[in-house]
Amino acid sequence: MRTRTFVITGIVVALFLAGFVSYYASSHPDGLEYVAEQTGFLDTAEEHDAAGSPLADYATDGVDDARVSGGLAGVVGALVVLVLAGGLAFAVRRRGDSSEEPAEHRQPTGAGKA
Amino acid sequence: MHVPDGFLDATTSLATGAVAVAGVGLALRGARKELDDRTAPMAGLVATFVFSTQMLNFPVAGGTSGHLLGGALAAILVGPWTAVLCVSVVLIVQALLFADGGITALGTNISLMAIVGVLAGWLVFRAIQAVLPKKLALVAPVAVVAAFVSVPVTALAFVGLYGVGGTAPIALDTLLTAMLGWHTLIGIGEAVITGLVVGSVIAVRPDLVYGARRVLKSRELEIRTAEGAAA
Repeated sequence: MRTRTFVITGIVVALFLAGFVSYYASSHPDGLEYVAEQTGFLDTAEEHDAAGSPLADYATDGVDDARVSGGLAGVVGALVVLVLAGGLAFAVRRRGDSSEEPAEHRQPTGAGKA
Repeated sequence: MHVPDGFLDATTSLATGAVAVAGVGLALRGARKELDDRTAPMAGLVATFVFSTQMLNFPVAGGTSGHLLGGALAAILVGPWTAVLCVSVVLIVQALLFADGGITALGTNISLMAIVGVLAGWLVFRAIQAVLPKKLALVAPVAVVAAFVSVPVTALAFVGLYGVGGTAPIALDTLLTAMLGWHTLIGIGEAVITGLVVGSVIAVRPDLVYGARRVLKSRELEIRTAEGAAA
């Protein structure tokens, strides 16, 4: 499989998970939240500063249908992460250096290192 | 395991903020060695996948759920430095857009999930890989163990932070037992998801798995030795 095909397939799978499968995720409290509740410090949690965000708690403001609201929030979030993390990776990457390439792509011994 | 605002006091949150800044700063330098034109798209994909999979809380037991942390998975797929960046981006987006994980707790969450989780997963992975034969078929099973261990280790780190700067007078041994107990169970889910994903990528494009590089290199050497002997 070509790298481009692989990456696009992976992104489609991720968008499907965030946009569709997430509706079926468990809504029970996660491990930390549950432990905090049981041991009695969950009430020390403060109101979130971004609680007014249009996507707060993985629901889209103004969309009533839970499936669409959560799915849309998931897809938007996944795309934002893709752009930020992908952009960061491209900004940080080495350019035009093949030292990590598999051995068969390297120059014959000696030719590369003068 | 997203820590909300208010669980830890301001001093501890500032300290974890400093750890997060230093960790991400080091990762920005370190990731340069891991990323090139071929692997940069993988980093974007892995971060997106971790975000999506973190939305999929799986039921654990007794009314609790867990979700992938993704540190071990990301480290094995794209390398540990890049993994710190990937998970950090996920946590920042979750805190700012989705109100998931506090904003003053962002340093805490990056320190726990992006630094401790990635480091624990990667160190366990490399330690086991070093003593096992260099076989491609072993990469996914070793990833399973690394992912499993990374979750209770991250939970342990939270308990440590709570011991230093928790805002409520909670008995630490009670907290420790509860956190380790639940997160050992959640670690099983982490292990299953990580094993499935790493196994799938190994099946299609093993060369895109950072944690398989040493294995693939030794395989190339074996082929050359065989050719040399035949000539």
